[in-house]
Amino acid sequence: MTSSTSLSASRGERRITRRRRLVELGLFAAIVLALMLASQMMNPFVVMKIMCFAMFALALNLLMGFTGIVSFGHAMFFGGGAYMGGYAIKAFGWPLEAGILLAAAVAALLGLGTGVLAVRRHGIYTAMVTLAFAQMLLFLAIQAPFTGGEDGLQSIPRGYFLGLLDTRSEFQLFLTTLILFVAVFLIVFRTVHSPFGQTLKAIRENEARAISLGYHTNRYKLAAFVLSAALSGAAGAMKAVVFELASLTDVSWHTSGEVVLMNLVGGIGTMLGPIAGAAIIIGIQEFLSGIEDWILVINGVIFVVVVIAFRRGVVGEAIGSLARREGR
Amino acid sequence: MEIFGIPAQALYGQLALGLVNGAFYALLSLGLAIIFGLLNLINFAHGAQYMLGAYVAWMLLSYLGIGFWGALVVAPLVVAVLGMALERGLLRYLRDVDQIYGLLLTFGVALILEGLVAQSYGWSGMPYANPLPGSVDLGFMRMPMYRLVAIAISLVVCLAVWIAIERTKLGAYLRAASEDADMVQAFGVNIPRLIMLTYGFGVGLAGLAGVVAAPVYQVSPAMGSNLIIVVFAVVVIGGMGSIAGSVIAGFGLGLIEGLTKVFYPAASTTVIFFIMILILIFRPSGLFGSTR
Repeated sequence: MTSSTSLSASRGERRITRRRRLVELGLFAAIVLALMLASQMMNPFVVMKIMCFAMFALALNLLMGFTGIVSFGHAMFFGGGAYMGGYAIKAFGWPLEAGILLAAAVAALLGLGTGVLAVRRHGIYTAMVTLAFAQMLLFLAIQAPFTGGEDGLQSIPRGYFLGLLDTRSEFQLFLTTLILFVAVFLIVFRTVHSPFGQTLKAIRENEARAISLGYHTNRYKLAAFVLSAALSGAAGAMKAVVFELASLTDVSWHTSGEVVLMNLVGGIGTMLGPIAGAAIIIGIQEFLSGIEDWILVINGVIFVVVVIAFRRGVVGEAIGSLARREGR
Repeated sequence: MEIFGIPAQALYGQLALGLVNGAFYALLSLGLAIIFGLLNLINFAHGAQYMLGAYVAWMLLSYLGIGFWGALVVAPLVVAVLGMALERGLLRYLRDVDQIYGLLLTFGVALILEGLVAQSYGWSGMPYANPLPGSVDLGFMRMPMYRLVAIAISLVVCLAVWIAIERTKLGAYLRAASEDADMVQAFGVNIPRLIMLTYGFGVGLAGLAGVVAAPVYQVSPAMGSNLIIVVFAVVVIGGMGSIAGSVIAGFGLGLIEGLTKVFYPAASTTVIFFIMILILIFRPSGLFGSTR
C-alpha cells in the first residue's frame, strides 16, 4: 500500500520535473530569440559580451549552484582559455573551433590540477584555495613571454568557424557566438538533468549521506570541477575572439568576483539565472559606460544588496513566487 | 663575503625585506584568525580595511598635520569603528545563513571601499614620508631604521594580542565563545557585543598594519587586495584554528619569500602559492590547524 502511493508520488514528481524542463527549454528559446532581436536593435558586441559571460556564468553555476562548490578563482579558466585560444589562433594560425577546443582542454587540465586540491577542503576554504590558485596564474601570466604582459594579447585574428561562418562579418561572428552559447547551455542542461547531475545535487544537499550511500563524492566533485573549467575556458576563448584581446583583467580576481556576482544576482542553482545575471551586470556596465570608475562601487553595492535582501536572485525569486502561487 | 655564491649583503637585505613583508602577513592573518574564530567569517574586506588604515594615516598627515605616531593610534581606531558599524549594520544579519554569504558580502564591501578611494584619490600610489629616516648598523649589515621599527611593532602587537587572548579574562570569554557561543551567552556574557568588539578589534589590526605599511609601500587603492590574497594563502598554510600559527606562518613565509628573491627571483611572487599546494597535498588542514 505504502509502496504504491510513494510510486505514484514519484510519478507525479517526475511529471513536474519534466514540465519544468520543458518550461526551461521554452524560456531559453525565448532568450535566444530576444538576443537575436537585441543584436539588431543595439550594439551587437554588447550582446556578444553578454553571451560570453553568460557561458562563463553557466559554467560556474554547474559548480556553485548544482554541486555546492564555491570557486572564487574561476577567472583562471576563463582568462587561461582566452590566452590559450587567442595564442593558438594568432601564432599558430589555427581555425576558430580548434582554438576554442584547445582553450577548453587547457582549462580542463588547469581545472584538474586545481580541483584535486580544492575539493579536499570545504566551503569557504575551497573559495580561498581557488582564489589563491587564480592569483598564482595571474602572476605567471604577468611574467610569461607570450601573454604580452600589461598590454595583453592583442589583435587576435577572426577566421572561419567550422569553415562555414566567416567571423570577420559582424553578423556571422554573432551567429558563431550564439551557436557556442546554445551548445554550452545544452551541455550544462543535459549534465544537470543526468544521473550524474542528480548525484552532484545529492552531494550538495548532504555530502555525508552521499558518501554513506557509497558514492566517491570527491571524484564526482572533481569531474564537475573539470567540466566547469573546460566550459569556462571555451567561453574565455570566444570572448578573446570577439574582442580580439586577451588581457590580465580576464585572469584577475575582479573577473572571478564578477562571475560569482552574476550567478548571485540571477539565481544560484537555477538554469536561467546565470544568463539573467550576466545580462543585468553587463547591461549596467554598458549603461554606465561614461563613468567606468564607479563600476567597482556599483558591483560592490549589488553584492551587498543581493546578499542581504534577496539571496535567491532574480530567477530564484521568480520560481519561488510561482511555486507559492501554485501551492495556494 | 659570500654565502652560496650570493653576496652576504644582498642576502641579508632580502631577508630583512622578507621579514618586513612577514610582519604584515602576520598582522593581517592574525586579525583574520581572530575574526574567523568567533564569527566564522572569512573577512574579505580585510585587505581594503588595511588600505583604509594607510589612507586614514595619509589624510591625518595631509589635512590635520597629525604625524605617524598619532596616526598609529587614531587610524586603527577609525577603521575599527567603521568595522563595528559594518558588523552592526550588515554582517549580523548573516549569522544564521551559510558562511559563504559572509565572504560574498565582505567581498562587496571590499569593492566599494576600493572603488570609493580610487574615485577620490586616483589609482596611482601616493608616498607617505618616512617618519624615521636613517639606518642602524646591526654589525653584519645596515638596516633602515624604519623597517626595523616596523618589524618590532608587528612583533610586539602580535605578542600582546596572543597574551591578551591566552591570559586575560576577556580573552577567555573570546576563546569560550569561539567554542560555544550559546553556552557562553547563557552564562550572561553579551555575545552580540562581544562579536561586534571582536570584529572591530580584528579590523583595527588590519588598520594598524596599513598605517605601518604606509611609509614602506606606496599608499594606493589596490595595496590591500593584492596583499590579502597572499594572506589567504598564508592562512591556508598556517591553518585557520591557531593564533600562534598565523603569526609564525606569516613571518616564516615572509622570510621564505625574501630568500626566493635572492636565489630565484622569477618565483618570488608565486613561492607562497607553491608552498600552499604542498601543504594542501600533505597536510590539508594546515601546519597548525585542527581538522575542521
